[in-house]
Amino acid sequence: MRGLIFRREWITGWLLLLPALVFLFAFTHIPAVMTILNSFFSTPRGRRQAKFIGLDNYERMIGDPVFWKVLWNNLWFALGTIPVSVGLAIVMALWVNEKLLGRSFVRMAYFTPTVLPLIAVANIWLFFYTPGFGLFDQITGALFGWPATNYLGNPDTALNAIIVVTVWKEAGFFMIFYLAALQSIPITLKEAAQIEGAGRWTIFRRITFPLLMPTTLFVCINAVINSFRLVDHIFILTDGGPDNASALLLFYIYEVAFRFWETAYGATLTVALLILLCLLAISQFFIFDRKVHYK
Amino acid sequence: MSGLATHLDRFLNVFAAWVLALIWVLPLVYAVWTAFHPAAYEARFELFAPLTLENFVKAWDAAPFARYFLNTFILVTMILAGQFFLCTLAAYAFARFVFPGRNILFALVLLQLLVMPDILMVENYQTMRLLHLVDTIPAIALPYIASGFGIFLLRQTFMTVPKELDEAARIEGASFLTVLWKVYIPLAKPTYLAYGLVSVSHHWNNFLWPLIVTNSVETRPVTVGLSVFSAIDSGVEWSVINAATLMTSGPLLIAFLLFQRQFVQSFMRAGIK
Repeated sequence: MRGLIFRREWITGWLLLLPALVFLFAFTHIPAVMTILNSFFSTPRGRRQAKFIGLDNYERMIGDPVFWKVLWNNLWFALGTIPVSVGLAIVMALWVNEKLLGRSFVRMAYFTPTVLPLIAVANIWLFFYTPGFGLFDQITGALFGWPATNYLGNPDTALNAIIVVTVWKEAGFFMIFYLAALQSIPITLKEAAQIEGAGRWTIFRRITFPLLMPTTLFVCINAVINSFRLVDHIFILTDGGPDNASALLLFYIYEVAFRFWETAYGATLTVALLILLCLLAISQFFIFDRKVHYK
Repeated sequence: MSGLATHLDRFLNVFAAWVLALIWVLPLVYAVWTAFHPAAYEARFELFAPLTLENFVKAWDAAPFARYFLNTFILVTMILAGQFFLCTLAAYAFARFVFPGRNILFALVLLQLLVMPDILMVENYQTMRLLHLVDTIPAIALPYIASGFGIFLLRQTFMTVPKELDEAARIEGASFLTVLWKVYIPLAKPTYLAYGLVSVSHHWNNFLWPLIVTNSVETRPVTVGLSVFSAIDSGVEWSVINAATLMTSGPLLIAFLLFQRQFVQSFMRAGIK
């Protein structure tokens, strides 16, 4: 009798899960496995079926200078966006959490980029970067008399210009998580430290920042995933150019698979991205694990 | 610290916070400026420049934005309805039922937080071709409907519901689905609101996957429509592009400004794990 009841509970649990799992497997797990399988085959063209070619795609990837370039770009993009946007997010949250003149306006200003489509804000920023005519050139021209600069057309500055837009877009989003965390820190801790004569900086360094560590871990994982996922603005701002100077890995996958229609090579590049994401998530977990103080 | 230094410190903080805030709204303010002024004032900032709605009219006439808006609306509704349905059932199973394989399945659900459908676009496109769904709105929606994030969020909420409530309802003879409907879902309303806002704003703004899987006016959401519209860059004026840009983000932006507190709190709630 007891066993029978347990089995009914099992079946109910499985049945409740079934619809979600069907979709989850159909569009996440099975495609992930198929991506790995397809990376060992050639791209089917017309009547020509895909055939097993072993590691050929991987050999091509290793020898592909564009692959290394976009990988390097992505690393630079991650290094450029993550520390700055997370740092700004902490500062923003500290400001907005205190009594501040016009606090609700300031908070709104920081958060607004989060609700705007990245593709739409790219249009606005495109104008800012326009040589001669755009806002940046007008400001630098009026203040320092600099000549017109083509930020997006120059391989040295194109990726940095994209990093600036990304930081602007992301910082306010991360601020929200810090704001939530700050509000859960008991005020008595801060008061006790103030009685002991601790200054603002000491309080932040010794009390607030360590207590924010779990949030920082969460935000950093998000930021790392985003640094591989956010490519929308590239389509408008530079289209990966000039000479792939501002292309990121996901953008390159798009180009290979949907502009050149080399789906097998696209799958191979996707495998590289998947491996990279897993490695980063695991290593991040271990690095932070030692420093995170859970309550 | 002396009184003067404290005051100075305070002043500098407020000042810096405001400077950053102004920089942060500048792009939006600029877009509003150009959209509401004639093209001649694109880069000339005069206080009494004449206002106009001409740019919006031009943008609206130049591309089928009404259809794009309808597509986005259908898409966002479809995704949200699907997510609420599937995630609720799955979260209920994970929160209150004991069955073999529960932990492994939950780990597989969480894996989706790392490997998002966007990353698997090459393979998902093949699937859509196989299902003959390329260039349809369901094709944009399907990969996102079973959301690992949604399942996780609802499971956390359902686990905070007191077991006594659940048991009391069952003793009175309610089936497990009635309990879910009458006890769990009403208590999780704030989570649904939070998740709903996050989901709607995410999919309203989504671009890459819709770009790949659609190629006609009848299916394109506004983000893809906007990119198609502004890609014909030579002929279109900046002010018109900015008007179109504002239009596409408009509904979400207005909703955000009206319900600012709920938005911020929702994102906060969704972020606390």
